[in-house]
Amino acid sequence: MLSYIVRRLAIAIPTILILIVLSFILMFAAPGGPFNSERPLPPQVLANIQAKYGLDQPYWKQIVNYVWNVVAHFDFGPSFKYKDRSVNDIIAQGFPVTLTYGFWSFIVATVVGITLGVVAAIRHNTWLDYFAVGISIGAQSLPNFVMAPILVLVFTLYLGWLPGGGWNGGQIEYLVLPVIALSTSYFASIARIMRSSMLEVLNAGFIRTARAKGLPMSRVIIRHALKPALLPLLSYLGPAFVGMITGSVIIDVYFSTGGIGQFFVNSAFNRDYSVMMGITILVGVLTILFNLVVDLLYAWIDPKIRY
Amino acid sequence: MSLLRIEDLRVTFQTGDGPVNAVNGVSLDINAGETLAIVGESGSGKSQTAFAVMGLLARNGAATGKALWEGEDLLSMPQKELNKIRSREISMIFQDPMTSLNPYMRISDQMTEVLMLHKGLTKSAAVKEAIGLLDAVKIPDAANRIGMYPHEFSGGMRQRIMIAMSLLCSPRLLIADEPTTALDVTVQAQIMELLGEVRKEFGTAVILITHDLGIVAGFCDRTLVMYGGQIMEEGTTENVFAKASHPYTLGLMKAVPRLDRAQDKLDTIAGEPPDMSRLPKGCPFSPRCDRKLDNCMAEKPALVNFADGRRRACHIDWKEFA
Repeated sequence: MLSYIVRRLAIAIPTILILIVLSFILMFAAPGGPFNSERPLPPQVLANIQAKYGLDQPYWKQIVNYVWNVVAHFDFGPSFKYKDRSVNDIIAQGFPVTLTYGFWSFIVATVVGITLGVVAAIRHNTWLDYFAVGISIGAQSLPNFVMAPILVLVFTLYLGWLPGGGWNGGQIEYLVLPVIALSTSYFASIARIMRSSMLEVLNAGFIRTARAKGLPMSRVIIRHALKPALLPLLSYLGPAFVGMITGSVIIDVYFSTGGIGQFFVNSAFNRDYSVMMGITILVGVLTILFNLVVDLLYAWIDPKIRY
Repeated sequence: MSLLRIEDLRVTFQTGDGPVNAVNGVSLDINAGETLAIVGESGSGKSQTAFAVMGLLARNGAATGKALWEGEDLLSMPQKELNKIRSREISMIFQDPMTSLNPYMRISDQMTEVLMLHKGLTKSAAVKEAIGLLDAVKIPDAANRIGMYPHEFSGGMRQRIMIAMSLLCSPRLLIADEPTTALDVTVQAQIMELLGEVRKEFGTAVILITHDLGIVAGFCDRTLVMYGGQIMEEGTTENVFAKASHPYTLGLMKAVPRLDRAQDKLDTIAGEPPDMSRLPKGCPFSPRCDRKLDNCMAEKPALVNFADGRRRACHIDWKEFA
């Protein structure tokens, strides 16, 4: 088990390096640059700025320098757009925000989604099932850029219960709307996956055995059916968790939360190479990490899987 | 009073193609300590009869009639009451030991939950008792292996574990639904031998559901032949085997491969098992019967009792079979 984890982490290093090189190639291939604007800078000024940020160097040298700075100094460089702020600063400021609302969104989406899916499966083809399926389809078809303004409209403007934006250190009333908006489409997917896998498990022979033992249905579900029904969900939950904790530009824009989701999208528009790279690496590392966590959870649930 | 008395049991499944009538008016009795074989082709309704009694029908299935356990109807009983009978009074082992044990739980947890639920034992007492039963069904090194998962056992071992699990509360009736179908022939013999031993030791009544006539002969007091969800013939195993009085039973007997006669080809019953959603109006076997009379297609023969304890449903005079 331990050697498996070490091996997986060792493989992660070349993976991240490849990710860095590919991202650089894509960035260089895209037209434009961080200092292009509608009114072109005088050539001498542009050359000076490019020299300051090392953009005048050959591509390979830029990559090597970048990797060296990241590995040796954990320095992701200065932002090209936000003066006087380093990428480290931006991530240190924005990531805790998305981590907070992303984490709570994950909890809400998982709890609501699994409950809804299980209930729908147990009460298959009853009004409860149709109700749960209806809610998930509705939630999934409502994109969060529609959901967010509706939430603000209802809970802030009409009812006046909750603030329509801001972060304020992540106080609960500032968290509620972003969490609802972000978790909606995720819980819908989770409910659908959970429902179909639970339906399949409930038809398994060992569930019939469990019922023949005289166990009450609640115990049959919790002790016998839940674990195997979670298996197909796990591979979805890993990437979904990373998606949620690295935030969403919609949430950051609508609720002015200041998370990295917004910085990520802006960096792409601004050709803010260093911010783009920094967040790409962050997402990459988290994805690799949580795929490993998912694989370890598989082994925990399914005794046939041993590393 | 008989232990279990089934009266006019009917099982219907609602499907996309309309209702499917899997069991059509089955009545039977089983007394304490008795062994009854229910034989028939696939789809004859023998397993569904057992599932209906245990309340284990698929979601789209419904049972009518009565299944009286010491006078109390299992079919109309609330789930909570039924759960007190399941496994404690009637337990069941299934066809495929590969899928009937939970692959995600240790054997110990799967066995002890029964004892903790029905007998109120503590975990450690339950483990001790479970190990005792695994020993009884000859699982080597049971004390250590009880902590393992099902996939760490062979098919035959898993069926032994299923048998041990079904006996935890010393039930008075054991329903074995094709317990050997998924196993190798040599393992089949061991499992049947084991079932015979536990039956003697625990005094349990057994309903053995099978399509393998070979294992019935040495095991069961009585044999009941089903076709199209109905009883064709029932009697002592000796009578049914030696003096079959129904064309379907005869057909089944002829289809058993024999070692004492030279045979190039196995005998078969011509035709196919009936479509349970469109059973013929008369005898369900009539379309395949080589001795059918004029009224067989139109009129369903009644199940008639005979002096030798035999019941049969056939229009042909029983003397013709003597």
